[in-house]
Amino acid sequence: MYRYDEYDQAIVDARVAEFRDQVARRLNNEISEDAFKPLRLMNGLYLQLHAYMLRVAIPYGTLDSRQMRMLAYIARRYDRGYGHFTTRQNIQYNWIKLAEAPDLLAELATVEMHAFQTSGNCIRNISSDQFAAAAADEIADPRPYAELLRQWSTLHPEFSFLPRKFKIAVTGSNIDRAAIQLHDIGLQLVRGETGEIGLKVLVGGGMGRTPMLAPVIREYLPVADFLSYMQAVLRVYNRHGRRDNIYKARIKILVNDLGAEEFARQVEEEWALVKPLGLDPPASELARIAAHFQPPALAADAPVDIDLSDPAFAKWVAVNTHPHKVPGHAIVTISLKAPGEIPGDASAAQMDLIADLAERYAQDEIRVTHAQNLVLPHVRRADLFALWQALAGAGLATANLDHASDIIACPGLDYCTLANARSIPIAQKLAVMLAPQESDLGELKIKVSGCINGCGHHHAGHIGILGVDRRGDENYQLLLGGSGAEDASLAKILGAGFDENGIVAAVATVVDVYKTLRTGPEERFLDTYRRVGPAPFKEAVYG
Amino acid sequence: MAEAALLRWRNDPEQTAPAVPLADYQPGGIAVRLAPDDDARLLIPHLGSLRRIDLEFPKFRDGRGYSSAAILREAGFAHEIRAVGDVQVDQLAFLRRAGIDAVAPNRPIDLGVAERTLARFAHVYMPAADRRQPVWAKRG
Repeated sequence: MYRYDEYDQAIVDARVAEFRDQVARRLNNEISEDAFKPLRLMNGLYLQLHAYMLRVAIPYGTLDSRQMRMLAYIARRYDRGYGHFTTRQNIQYNWIKLAEAPDLLAELATVEMHAFQTSGNCIRNISSDQFAAAAADEIADPRPYAELLRQWSTLHPEFSFLPRKFKIAVTGSNIDRAAIQLHDIGLQLVRGETGEIGLKVLVGGGMGRTPMLAPVIREYLPVADFLSYMQAVLRVYNRHGRRDNIYKARIKILVNDLGAEEFARQVEEEWALVKPLGLDPPASELARIAAHFQPPALAADAPVDIDLSDPAFAKWVAVNTHPHKVPGHAIVTISLKAPGEIPGDASAAQMDLIADLAERYAQDEIRVTHAQNLVLPHVRRADLFALWQALAGAGLATANLDHASDIIACPGLDYCTLANARSIPIAQKLAVMLAPQESDLGELKIKVSGCINGCGHHHAGHIGILGVDRRGDENYQLLLGGSGAEDASLAKILGAGFDENGIVAAVATVVDVYKTLRTGPEERFLDTYRRVGPAPFKEAVYG
Repeated sequence: MAEAALLRWRNDPEQTAPAVPLADYQPGGIAVRLAPDDDARLLIPHLGSLRRIDLEFPKFRDGRGYSSAAILREAGFAHEIRAVGDVQVDQLAFLRRAGIDAVAPNRPIDLGVAERTLARFAHVYMPAADRRQPVWAKRG
């Protein structure tokens, strides 16, 4: 894991002091709320329906137990005893007092954490593959590149007042667990002709009101030129992205309006100008960062065979663990989606327990996934049973990863000022309804957003649900056929919307249609939908 | 509390000629004003005669002026670049790093807060027009 040096720590400490100063001036009325708003947003502080919400950055979703314990402490000391893990691999707290926010940030800084740029029209937390350094399918750990980007984008003088927010994801694998096609910039580590690692650059993906998949604008970017090329992309966007309409301000609109080829040409032209300016750090800096991400020393002769005679344990191993690149080890996903609970929420006690278990069984590493679950990336298979028992005792052993009750949901109208409809109760009802049959249904990703902004990723759902306001009532649209993985696609609306009970019944109907149409248990819902199209689903739902 | 309508971080005498809009600029003119959507690169042939370039910030949220300033500095312009308009104290550090060395805000800026703000960060992560050494160079 990356550890701060004196410079990183000094920058985070200065940021805390700066925010303390800004909050004091706001509380004294020296600055207006209008002027304060972008300042607090760049420190992750939103004013929500009931209180301030603080979003804490978890760079590329990687944490250690010390940091997780701090998150638990903050939940107890500054919130109501829980936190909410988000689709950007961050955590947010819903009940924060403005006057206490600087103290909270100061406590975070003691464990090398911050809330830099977790909101605002700037470069947000860099997200990545939650299985980094553990998955057998990656060509290299993407996190050193993400950390390089984190540092480059922190307090960038030219890119702190962009037309709109800006999200970057980095992956090191062909199996896309980071949804790179749905980001403003998606980066994939690839090998060039000589075997050297470089970056494939995608620009202009996104969800929200105008969902788009990002086109590739450069097949291979040498690592040595990484940051100057990023500078060029961001500068073209900062100068030419639309600022007249908030709904057309994301880079995807610019890329789409210009066409990917013309956009790429403008980037190359800009890059030629900025490349000689010395923006790229020497190779030694990437090497310094990469040294922090050395894979843990795992015994390659650890036993592979384990006792699976307990059926509940065997099911959990089958559903919630993935093969590790080192034999005798596994990647464990801890589901934060127990049916009926709030997706992504964890109590302080659960966070403390996960910290203890990470220390004991998982090389002291924890990851947050964009599907709002947690991962212990390096676990000996021989320890899985003890780990499972400990998790089960805390309600954390739900065996539903990527199944029907593993639902992504935004906070929705229960918390969010932007929402048109509640998301959480829909997710809870669907999870409770579908959990009994989810083993039979196989992989089924349901994603719920409470407004068009799409924080619940409904366009990337095999089944997506979008809450809208229909003449003052909450109304839910049903979308089918999306994917945020390497086979990315955008879900399409099936037909007219429903009320709360209607959408739950419609999903039940869709699932029944799938069961009758699938070629066999191995054909996923998404594949059946792609094969047969929307017509049979539409017919069954709307008659 | 001391407030200023013009903050300037230069030692040379202030250039007081009125800055004309880009559309009215004549070759040889010494002061010009760029709106956010003006292309700063159009001035590159004229940098030899220009002594002051004003960048308009109609709203502080509009960040195009930062790129304009960076482009002008990258092209070698060493005279005054002035941010004019809705410029607030908490932007000063970004403006200075982007190459802006004078600020004429709509509303006066508290000099004490400005001084605190500008001294806040002893280290910076990336190179910019102010030529401060980034931390990767300090790490060496």
